[in-house]
Amino acid sequence: MLALGSSHDILYALASLTAKDFKVRYRNMSLGIFWSLMNPLIMMSVLTFVFTFVIRNTEKHFPLFLLMGLLPYNFFCLAWTTGTISLADNAAIVKKIAFPRELVPFAGVLANSIHYLIQLGLLLPVVGIVVGPSLLWLWLPVIVALQIMFVAGLSLCSAALNVYFRDTRYVVESAALVLFWLVPIFYSFGEIEQMGQGYSFLRTLLSYNPLAATIFCIRKILLYGEFLDWVTLVKLAGASAASMIIGLIYFRRAQSNFADYL
Amino acid sequence: MAIVRIENLSKRYLIHQKRQLVAQRIGKRRRRFEEPFWALRGVSFTARSGEAVGIVGHNGAGKSTLLEIVAGTTAPTSGSVERRGKTGAMLEVGTGFHPDLTGAENIHLNAALLGMSKAETQRKFASIVEFSGIADFLNEPARTYSTGMMSRLGFSVVVHLEPQILVLDEVLSVGDRAFQRQCAEEIDRMVSGGGIALLVSHDLEAVAALCPRVIWLDHGRVKEDGPAGEVLGLYRGNSAPPRSHPGNG
Repeated sequence: MLALGSSHDILYALASLTAKDFKVRYRNMSLGIFWSLMNPLIMMSVLTFVFTFVIRNTEKHFPLFLLMGLLPYNFFCLAWTTGTISLADNAAIVKKIAFPRELVPFAGVLANSIHYLIQLGLLLPVVGIVVGPSLLWLWLPVIVALQIMFVAGLSLCSAALNVYFRDTRYVVESAALVLFWLVPIFYSFGEIEQMGQGYSFLRTLLSYNPLAATIFCIRKILLYGEFLDWVTLVKLAGASAASMIIGLIYFRRAQSNFADYL
Repeated sequence: MAIVRIENLSKRYLIHQKRQLVAQRIGKRRRRFEEPFWALRGVSFTARSGEAVGIVGHNGAGKSTLLEIVAGTTAPTSGSVERRGKTGAMLEVGTGFHPDLTGAENIHLNAALLGMSKAETQRKFASIVEFSGIADFLNEPARTYSTGMMSRLGFSVVVHLEPQILVLDEVLSVGDRAFQRQCAEEIDRMVSGGGIALLVSHDLEAVAALCPRVIWLDHGRVKEDGPAGEVLGLYRGNSAPPRSHPGNG
């Protein structure tokens, strides 16, 4: 589907760009990739403290509950912001080498996916010990793949837009901050459900938020050991497909002038 | 048979005089805020198999824009480019090299972006390193490289792409004599094998030595197009500093 008519070895080019993004980030740090694990753990500790001693919570395994919200949220925001600024960051390459430009935002998202997968890989054994392993875990790769696809599509749009309006970056960064509160990281759908009639707007908002649905699904299979309902799954797949298709269409339309605006 | 056929090619850049607001860009009034600048105006020429064409002109004459359009990194505003044959372009020394990656890592990144497959790159890796002459620095980050070394490595990767159309922008002037001779040999070999070389340079001697045909661009138009000796003679005469005012006598 990618880059029709290009003679490029697309996978090799994508892998090389992704490796570049991934390696460059930690190359000059002594602790290297360890930093990508520290951030969610620090956030988890702080939130656990606040929601255990300051505000009471009723969730079992609260630290795990938090991580299952924080990891997808962190990945979403980092991948989206990296994807958004990717074309501007790689302006030299985009201006001077003819290759399929979609690869640039994709590589930005994929480099962050590597961190995400490592984080999830470390989370699973802990879940296995605390909650117990389950066949439902097999759904995790599906959910994660759909999430990556959703962010990639979104990043195609925002990266292209960011070439013409550099303000896009700041809109995305602000949106990421706001999302922290609009996504059930430290609260659950159950709590929203219990609120009165006046909160139906918030409920609707959450039920149409693909990131919220991702977190909802991950908690269901890893923490509560419940089956996923098909409606949520179909909605999630639909949102990811739509994001990717719209992203590709807009990117293709916008890309002919990239070199002139970078 | 490789061919580069360019017909009535024009390229307009919009110079932003003021910071654009979203409304202005979307709205119909956008033209008021953008001053057009024509980098190329009605450029036409055809380069055929076995031709090495030099492109000369003053700064801002549109040489680099022309090569960028031929290489395919930017689109023309009007006119057409017909390009038959695998194209390898080196439009700037050091593009596609990340300073924090090692020489070896950069070879892979560059080869992949230029269009080499993974198998091809692995097969040619040793040869790329040997041709570039940077074997001792292969595992050092590229930020420790000199411009000459970057240029050698970049040129080596482009040549190993085995292009039928080779596009080079001011690459020759950064290397030492040995490298320039290596480049010249490679360009000759490629052109005599039925390829096309398009190169921009301010080094007129190098252009004269490599290219039997020269195009002189002036303010975005083709001013002269013909045998190197003739065109370079006219160009040299034109760019010589004006003689002091002869007065009335």
